[in-house]
Amino acid sequence: MLLVVVGLGTAAPVLTHADASAGFWARAVRMISLRDHNTRVVLIGTSLLGMSAGVVGTFMLLRKRALVGDALSHATLPGIALAFMVMTHLGMDGKSLVGLLAGGVITSVAGLACVLLIRRTTRVKDDAALGIVLGVFFGLGVALLGVIQSMRGGNAAGLESFIYGKTASMLTSDAVLIAVAAVGVVLVCALLFKEFALICFDVPYAGSQGWPVLWLDVVLMGLVVIVTVIGLQAVGLILVIALLVTPPAAARFWTDRLDVTVIVAAVIGAASGLVGAGLSAMVPRLPAGAIIVSVATAVFIASLVFGTTRGVLVRVIQHLGLTQRIAEQHLLRAMYESAEASQRGSAVSNDRAVGWSSLIDARSWSQRELRRLIGRARRHGWIVEAPAPSQRTSTDVAAQSANDPGTSDRWFRLTETGLAEASRVIRNHRLWEMYLITHADVAPSHVDRDADQVEHVLGPEMVRSLIELLEVQGRGASVPPSPHVVGVPPALPR
Amino acid sequence: MHWQTLDTWIVVAGALSAVSCALLGNFLVLRRASMMGDAISHAVLPGLALAFLITDSRDSIAMFVGAGVVGVLTAVMTQWVHRVGRVDPSASMGVVFTGLFALGLILIVRGADHVDLDPGCVLYGAIELTPLDTVFLGGWDVPRAVVILAVVFVINALFVAVFFKELRISSFDPQLSTTVGINATVMHHALMVLVAITAVASFESVGSILVIAMLIVPAASAQLLTDRLGSMVLVSAAIAVASAVLGHAGAMTVPGWFGFEDTSTAGMIAVAAGVMFAVTWVAAPRQGLVGKLLHRVMVRLRVLQEDILGVLYRLEEYRGGEGAGLSIAKLGEVLALRPAFASVAIRGLVKRGEVTRTGHGYGLTRGGREAAARLVRAHRLWESYLVKFLNLPPDHVHGPAERLEHVTDAAMHEALADRTDRPEHDPQGRAIPPSP
Repeated sequence: MLLVVVGLGTAAPVLTHADASAGFWARAVRMISLRDHNTRVVLIGTSLLGMSAGVVGTFMLLRKRALVGDALSHATLPGIALAFMVMTHLGMDGKSLVGLLAGGVITSVAGLACVLLIRRTTRVKDDAALGIVLGVFFGLGVALLGVIQSMRGGNAAGLESFIYGKTASMLTSDAVLIAVAAVGVVLVCALLFKEFALICFDVPYAGSQGWPVLWLDVVLMGLVVIVTVIGLQAVGLILVIALLVTPPAAARFWTDRLDVTVIVAAVIGAASGLVGAGLSAMVPRLPAGAIIVSVATAVFIASLVFGTTRGVLVRVIQHLGLTQRIAEQHLLRAMYESAEASQRGSAVSNDRAVGWSSLIDARSWSQRELRRLIGRARRHGWIVEAPAPSQRTSTDVAAQSANDPGTSDRWFRLTETGLAEASRVIRNHRLWEMYLITHADVAPSHVDRDADQVEHVLGPEMVRSLIELLEVQGRGASVPPSPHVVGVPPALPR
Repeated sequence: MHWQTLDTWIVVAGALSAVSCALLGNFLVLRRASMMGDAISHAVLPGLALAFLITDSRDSIAMFVGAGVVGVLTAVMTQWVHRVGRVDPSASMGVVFTGLFALGLILIVRGADHVDLDPGCVLYGAIELTPLDTVFLGGWDVPRAVVILAVVFVINALFVAVFFKELRISSFDPQLSTTVGINATVMHHALMVLVAITAVASFESVGSILVIAMLIVPAASAQLLTDRLGSMVLVSAAIAVASAVLGHAGAMTVPGWFGFEDTSTAGMIAVAAGVMFAVTWVAAPRQGLVGKLLHRVMVRLRVLQEDILGVLYRLEEYRGGEGAGLSIAKLGEVLALRPAFASVAIRGLVKRGEVTRTGHGYGLTRGGREAAARLVRAHRLWESYLVKFLNLPPDHVHGPAERLEHVTDAAMHEALADRTDRPEHDPQGRAIPPSP
């Protein structure tokens, strides 16, 4: 990639929109087929920039210093202006990119030093230190630009393009500079991957293992300075922070692994650079920097919604699934407890039918919810419809007739698998209740609610250690008796 | 420097904008939301552009509405991305404001035919041009920008004055604030609306750089100068006014020192605020670098003088009589420090009349002996205490007692003696001097 860029030849201005006579489609075809040498240069430059920013930005995001880059990029302005003044004064070309960027690096590092010093020696907090450096350095830059404008012989017209970015002014030599710096930044990150990972996740541990945390931080921030400075020309100093923050933040929605995050962030960054610069080349009057950032923001929004690991949609689906499972387990428990109540003493078996009325009284669910739940449980093969038992007590009959006549005479019983599942849930529930009573000193009348929430999330490991801790008789799948009165709580006196 | 009525108006506009920002900035700094000022002042761009595109005019009301809406949107969206997306708060701020700013730039560039809005103008403003656009008010030609900024200043000042209690409690302790019935989120959003409105009122005249700098720098400087919120607000306002005056004067004069013409006033106001922050950073009475350094030196000197008294006392004790003395070189050797420092310490002791010149070096006076006895008593009482209550071995208590003796006052002396049953001797068997 690097060689390609180096081989691209002369310093010709690229991507002028002057050929507006060519139609949109003609331009699009030229763009996509990469026939245009200059387009190639810009696209390669911006995508390498996006890639390196994504890589460095991931570490900064995890280090919780996402906005440091914002202060650093604003702090480049006085350096650029000073470099221009010095170079003009010495009779050199005031707009030599390398010189201007070197000036930017110097003041940006000075700004970084100020942030660190303010943080260490005063009670001013991190965020305010960043704000102070950002505001004051940028103000100084604007004041210096004002001076340059009044300078005789100085032509400051190009300098303002660093504020908003102007890909169109990118020369081949500039693209080479960007490419070299970007590849260098990525290489350093690859070499120091393990160390950076350590300071992102566990600074005290890194320190105790003898890693020079301070110097690693300095190297990381140095990389941020480099990315910021090479990004100035493409996206401008206000928006370069977006390349450092947005792709890594978007990548986090897709994975929990650091190495994958870095790669995804690099890909998102590169794609944003590529698509953004391409769009701005195809459509007239689209500022490249703003388009690149907009593409990255669009990717972020898409990731926020559709991300496979932390995306909102996935989390909503998981949440709904969990709610559904909890409701089903509550139905099974209601079935089991009703059956248990009606055949006191003997073990619950699956030939015992439970009526609609006792189910509807077991929990605060509506007729519709219960009907839907029963439908799902039947599809799972957990319960089946059963014939009404022959001998009914008079209270049963009374309760049944009070209910809606359509459902009043429906009876259900647990299947073999349903009984096993119900036993498991009931056992979890009662084990947790017993744990709360014996080890957390909660009154038996108060444990039902708490156990209700925990029963669904107890893993097999946990159940095993609960059984051991509570020395429950008969391990296997047996269900311990409830430590409190099971059934419908007595109605409050009216 | 040619100061004209024009310049007065420029300074008035700058000062009004600076104070309006600084008033709100105190609470941003205390909430650790300083970068929110940066975010909002950038993010209002699409609000302005949309207001332009929809109303097709530079109508102030529409612009305020557009900016206010986008300002709240920035705060709400930042919160939302942070909560729903579980993104680090500062990163979510970065994503939101850059996205909005980019959108604003695209709107402006695409709608350039309709939108008479230069993004550069949003950044630097045109404070130098404010006196040219005037309205007739009460017999005076007052610049329009000054009128707008004055209104915003009054709104901000009233907000801070009326809701001072609410702002204070919700800035320092949002949980407590919600418990006592002051909704911290509502206060936060109200603050953000005002920041956005202030940013818009300022952008035309002074530009958004000044907004960012003035929201944070005066408040941070004031934080180094005082410990009370009320005085912090007033001090920050004073610093803001001073920055405006010095900044404009600087813009007219400083470039001249290097043979250039004048420069951007907005930029120089930010620089002036920065210089004032640097000065407080170095010279603030208690929080400043010099103050802290001086304090450290004074403490070290006092400890050293007390150590010298202790050494001389123990020497007399060892020799069994008064009048023993040590030369400065010898003292430096015993206490492991440079003779120069030792002689400074001795000079202070002589001045206080606790040490006097004897035949071969310096010895204790009567007053010095009393002071030394108090110190040695504290030292040995501490040793007894540490052995008795912390079960430290007797040969390990000298170091801790050496440090504690310097911070033991009379009341602690008494308490120590009581707790250790007023021993006659320390764990090494040396006599403890009686209490004076």
